Amino acid sequence: MAANLPVHSQVQGDIGATEPRTEHDEHLHHDEHHEQSFISKYIFSTDHKIIAKQFLITGIFWAIMGGALSSLFRIQLGWPEATMDWLQPVLGKWVEGGKLNPEFYLALVTMHGTIMVFFVLTAGLSGTFSNFLIPLQVGARDMASGFMNMLSYWFFFVSGLVMFLSLFLETGPAAAGWTIYPPLSALPQAIPGSGAGMTMWLVSMALFIISQLLGGVNYITTVINLRTRGMSMSKLPLTIWAFFLTAVLGLLSFPVLFSAALLLIFDRSFGTSFFLSDIYIAGQALNNTGGSPILFQHLFWFLGHPEVYIVIMPAMGMVSEILATNARKPIFGYRAMIGSLLGISVLAFVVWAHHMFVTGMNPFLGSVFMFLTLIIAVPSGVKVFNWLATLWRGNIRFTSAMLFSIGFVSLFIAGGLTGIVLGNAALDIQMHNTYFVVAHFHLVMGSSAFFGLFAGVYHWFPKMFGRMMDEKLGYIHFWLTFIGVYLVFMPMHYVGIAGFPRRYYAWTGFDSFSQFADLNKFISAAAIFAFLGQFVFIFNFFYSIFRGRRATENPWRSSTLEWTTPVVPGHGNWPGAIPAVYRWPYDYSKPGAAEDFIPQNVPFSETKSSNMPNEREQD
Amino acid sequence: MIALSILLVLVLLLVVFGLLFRLQILTSIFSGSFTRDIGLSNRANAILMLVFMVIGGGAFAWSFADNFDKMNPPIASIHGHALERMFWTTMIILGIAFAITQVMLFVFSYRYQHKDNRRAFFFSHNNKIEVIWTLIPAIVMASLVFAGWKQWTKITGPAPKDSVVLEVMGKQFNWLVRYPGRDQKLGVVNYRLIDATNEFGFDLNDKNGLDDFVAGEVHVPKGHPVLLRIRSRDVLHAVYMPHFRVQMYAVPGMPTKFWFTPTKTTDEMRAQLGNPKFNYELACNQICGRGHFAMKLNIVVDEPDDYVAWFAQQKSFAEQNPDVLASFKEKSDKLVTKEAAAAVVTPATKASL
Repeated sequence: MAANLPVHSQVQGDIGATEPRTEHDEHLHHDEHHEQSFISKYIFSTDHKIIAKQFLITGIFWAIMGGALSSLFRIQLGWPEATMDWLQPVLGKWVEGGKLNPEFYLALVTMHGTIMVFFVLTAGLSGTFSNFLIPLQVGARDMASGFMNMLSYWFFFVSGLVMFLSLFLETGPAAAGWTIYPPLSALPQAIPGSGAGMTMWLVSMALFIISQLLGGVNYITTVINLRTRGMSMSKLPLTIWAFFLTAVLGLLSFPVLFSAALLLIFDRSFGTSFFLSDIYIAGQALNNTGGSPILFQHLFWFLGHPEVYIVIMPAMGMVSEILATNARKPIFGYRAMIGSLLGISVLAFVVWAHHMFVTGMNPFLGSVFMFLTLIIAVPSGVKVFNWLATLWRGNIRFTSAMLFSIGFVSLFIAGGLTGIVLGNAALDIQMHNTYFVVAHFHLVMGSSAFFGLFAGVYHWFPKMFGRMMDEKLGYIHFWLTFIGVYLVFMPMHYVGIAGFPRRYYAWTGFDSFSQFADLNKFISAAAIFAFLGQFVFIFNFFYSIFRGRRATENPWRSSTLEWTTPVVPGHGNWPGAIPAVYRWPYDYSKPGAAEDFIPQNVPFSETKSSNMPNEREQD
Repeated sequence: MIALSILLVLVLLLVVFGLLFRLQILTSIFSGSFTRDIGLSNRANAILMLVFMVIGGGAFAWSFADNFDKMNPPIASIHGHALERMFWTTMIILGIAFAITQVMLFVFSYRYQHKDNRRAFFFSHNNKIEVIWTLIPAIVMASLVFAGWKQWTKITGPAPKDSVVLEVMGKQFNWLVRYPGRDQKLGVVNYRLIDATNEFGFDLNDKNGLDDFVAGEVHVPKGHPVLLRIRSRDVLHAVYMPHFRVQMYAVPGMPTKFWFTPTKTTDEMRAQLGNPKFNYELACNQICGRGHFAMKLNIVVDEPDDYVAWFAQQKSFAEQNPDVLASFKEKSDKLVTKEAAAAVVTPATKASL
């Protein structure tokens, strides 16, 4: 299959470790010593490893932005009476007479959501690790198309640039919530952020979707076509399964968001009425009739719901890998893990309207979506039980990555369970758009995915930069974050059960929402504390790139293919031939084996003492 | 102040952490374990897992119990009580699942921490166990779905025929309320007729609208089904009434509805809570712009007799705004004469063409 591809470097895909090196190999080896200019090596690079680092560092920048924005609005929510003059140097006219502008507050909330969901947890997470790990773990020289891969990053970069610039607009950035429901997002008369800010949001998102599609096509093609000899789909590490299905999800759902954005652009700029009808605003009746704001919500959530799985599945894959490696145990139920990923991927497309139970949608549809939504809890539950069973009777090393993986499982349980309340249409009547929802999704997709991201960075840092991150600082970072996240989001459930609406600038106008002023202060303090804790990571990350302890080829004694490359893999990943694969990726602590792990590229003929009865060489 | 002291405690914890780890590095260098692959810090983390579970679990349980009363707003509708029971039943089931899985996670982490002389148990799969832990959640889910579905169909089913009907309309940034008057029929409205006086866009050519009245707050009778007709005239809003467990979006161009039966009058609730200033409130729960957080409407639940008395006192919109009514008369008169003229003129005009 791969040999038919015209891409020069991919021809190596079919050449196994046991074969003598061909001329081609020599040629490739020679290639490595070509001097590359700084620009083609580090900026417009087509090497998947460099692109992954570009995604990661851009993602870190956006995470700091997103976190800082949330600190700003948490100050407002925790201390609604306080004067904020001290923020004037940063926020300028958005602080009027010591008070944060309510419209800017909404802009902060909107930008925080957009940045975190799309730029950090989609691009930063799956952009980094799909790029870095897919070729290394399936045994490929690079992505199927290095050029498209480069475009994917640069579209993302420009998309981010547009979004960043929109923060400095006179009328402010988009402020209609990250879900940009029209008519609010369609009418600049309704909120100033829906003027130029919204236009830039839509342009940025269109570019972002292009970036996602370029990346996704590449990930899928690479996994299907460029696996090394012996790497059947049933021998793929779970990380690759997760990245693969994530890319499929993105490829099928992002175009729908694109269509929604396009129709919204038409409504905004060309006088159409896809989402607008019967509107009287700013002393004027608009001519639009016949449109439906609910149609937009259907289109939006058709991406929006798969999007949360796009965010969480890569984290699930990496956590599975890291738990197995550091518990020195095979992942429990490898096939069930793949099955549940497949189940989640399919169900992800048929649950979107559970975000819309109380929008006036036909209640019968509500019943259908309630049923489908609660089914998706089953594969998620299976994953949790399998992770627990993986830890059981393991021999656990608490590396920083392992700590974050355990934290991931804990947060995923804590946040996932409340989804069962929210997926129940009857209970959602009360809980919809309250802080219960905010607490739920921040735990299950926000914090969990962040923990997956951290786990991935700590685990694969040695392969990225050839150095180790400091473990002690990693521990401190983990415990600060883990404690911080729970301190923020557990009390937030109480506020939600009491019915506090989200996206409120202050609750002081309502008697119904007056009881938790202290708790809101507490949550704000904890949020800022947890945010500050992240600087431990940022210091550790950049310090270790240059000064970290030097890594060995396989510091975690892991059995997947990326650890068979040199300490810092060069262009083409393996200096010689690409190793062939003989076994599944989780041969840890196999009875009878000399070591407590057997890499995937070790043939069964070399491990006679530990082979199971059915394990024989297939070629 | 509390937040500050908590922050201080956390900062101190941070310092303690730092010192502990520094100390640990120094001792490990002396003991020679520094160069080993897996050192003392492994044990420290394992213990911390257990400590986190105990202290974190305890703190959670304590704070949950401490805040329990505050997080339960009093309920004043029939379906609200049913939902409340279902919510806490679900939460108990989830709580059990939460406790079991979290305890397993942290206890396994502690119990199976690295030991030099132990080897992990090679246990790759067991289909029987997988089937069990697929089926059990599936069965629990199925029963939850069924209970939820029953309530949902009941709540969203058609309102009883004798319901009190009223209309709530959202606009930036307040709520407008309209009652159908004595004929129990809401008149036709048209958003193109909206202006500063005619905020609803009454089309007073429709006779049903002549006795409709507009109110500054919602009055509903206790023990009687109430059907809210919900509209918006600009952007999305949502009618959210936490005490009644009512929530429904207000969508421009697509009227929505929700019905419920209040069970306690405002006075009864004031007495029950010992708070003479208590009011049922309606909040906007869908982001709608600058004033979103202040879109409040008071709801008064009356004894049925008081409600009837209040209803009788209200003056219709048409009665209060005779000039608006007059303008409609004028327009329709003009329309009638025009039509009559057209009917007469047409054949002649046609012929001339």
